[in-house]
Amino acid sequence: MKEFFLSLQDYFSYDFVWYALIVGVLVALCAALFGVILVLKRFSFIGDGLSHVAFGALAIAAVMNLTNQMLLVLPVTVLAAVLLLKTGQHTKLKGDAAIAVLSVGALALGYLVMDLFSASANVAGDVCGSLFGSFSILTLSRADLWVCVILSVLVIALFTLFYHRIFAVTFDEDFARAVGVRASVYNLFLAIITAVIIVLAMKLVGSLLISALIVFPALSAMRVCRSFKRVVICSAILATACSAFGILLSLVVSTPVGPTVVAVELATFLIFSLTGKLLRR
Amino acid sequence: MSQMICREVSLGYDGATVASHVSFTVEKGDYLCIVGENGSGKSTLMKTLLRLRQPLEGEIVLGDGIRQSDIGYLPQQSETQKDFPASVMEVVLSGCVGRSDFGFFAKRKNRITAHDNMARLGICSLASRSYSELSGGQQQRTLLARALCATEKILLLDEPVAGLDPHATEELYETIARLNRESGVTILMITHDLGAVMRYANRVLHMSATPTFYSSVEEYRTSMAFPLREGGVS
Ligand SMILES: Nc1ncnc2c1ncn2[C@@H]1O[C@H](COP(=O)(O)OP(=O)(O)OP(=O)(O)O)[C@@H](O)[C@H]1O
Ligand SMILES: [Mg+2]
Repeated sequence: MKEFFLSLQDYFSYDFVWYALIVGVLVALCAALFGVILVLKRFSFIGDGLSHVAFGALAIAAVMNLTNQMLLVLPVTVLAAVLLLKTGQHTKLKGDAAIAVLSVGALALGYLVMDLFSASANVAGDVCGSLFGSFSILTLSRADLWVCVILSVLVIALFTLFYHRIFAVTFDEDFARAVGVRASVYNLFLAIITAVIIVLAMKLVGSLLISALIVFPALSAMRVCRSFKRVVICSAILATACSAFGILLSLVVSTPVGPTVVAVELATFLIFSLTGKLLRR
Repeated sequence: MSQMICREVSLGYDGATVASHVSFTVEKGDYLCIVGENGSGKSTLMKTLLRLRQPLEGEIVLGDGIRQSDIGYLPQQSETQKDFPASVMEVVLSGCVGRSDFGFFAKRKNRITAHDNMARLGICSLASRSYSELSGGQQQRTLLARALCATEKILLLDEPVAGLDPHATEELYETIARLNRESGVTILMITHDLGAVMRYANRVLHMSATPTFYSSVEEYRTSMAFPLREGGVS
């Protein structure tokens, strides 16, 4: 235990550790806030599908040797989000099938493109890195940090500003529309922000594990909290704590960052489920 | 001047007509009951009045200073809100969502409105309870309080007493009647309970494949459309 803290102290003297912590915590926080809405609207699978689309776009961006990969990945993911939400609304039955098609399609194409055209010697390593999170979270530049901080602050500000409307639309969309809230605008806004969060979170946990950041805090919080406000606050706290702890743990025991954070979230979820069961008896 | 005029409206989904030639007018303080078999298009009519759907034909005109946002709504019970983590206070407060909630005073005013309406419906003691853990009657009261937060002018109620026991049914009917009598709220209510129609309503809209029938309650009682006439089924 003592050694654990000693080595932590060493780590805190490096800038890259601080960068990783700040970005990791902010991204997890955003994912958790909007995760509450996605889970309650039964849209969790959209997050999963989008993350695969983001992987496909990233593969293409890598092959094209783009200097700023975000410029391709972000628009493609946002577009996919908008399309998915539209199909989900109008044709209820085909919505989840569309997501399945899009997500496996993007996954397969992404790998194919990388395998065929990549100049890198270690294609399997690259692919594995973008699926499960590489160490890129530990090699963030100052510019990466700022982009991430600004986007996260924007996302959190939007959530707090529109908190009451978000609740109304999530709880009962028909009622909200009847009293004059433009729910379709909110759904569009939800799709775009989900896409932004997914692109941000790819650096942290990789595209296969992003859904974990989105659903676990909300699900854990819902095991023990009975009001919307409490669920939101609790999942924000959980996300912050789990990602900070997960990142530090991965540094100390030198495991991959993404899976470690997700494992911590999973453990929290199990603990909260158990607590919820005990409380309800 | 009438608050709402429905002229020769046809309702339906994707071109398939559910009901046609629906015409009626609603005056301030009316208590209009909408009756008819399952699937005759009652809920669809309400959604059309709320502009959640467009009418296939005909027009719906609002008058007497009524705007679209002055129409409150109590939906037919749905399963989607089950296990949603929300307190009663949060649900009632969400009725104020059409109003501005920016700034401290607006927020305070909304909370006061929510409290007043919970007091009116006798659910103040439930404020911090979880909505999904309430009984059906308590849930309906909560949704009614939410609708009242949205407006005091016109309420559309879609089978508000479905699934309630006789006592709770009676209480809810009395509450609605009181809102109508004392606060002058115009009520449009879908119901299958003809007894309640006779007791509370002053107008009836009977939806059916044969032309829909719109009349005062007295005319309805003696009309061919009234199912209790000459040993019909209720
Ligand atoms: N979303 C929908 N898409 C297509 N058809 C629908 C949809 N909702 C309802 N319908 C059809 O429209 C018709 C009228 O439905 P509606 O819900 O208005 O009936 P209702 O009079 O409210 O019945 P109930 O007494 O059971 O509530 C039904 O035949 C139904 O199958
Ligand atoms: Mg109905």
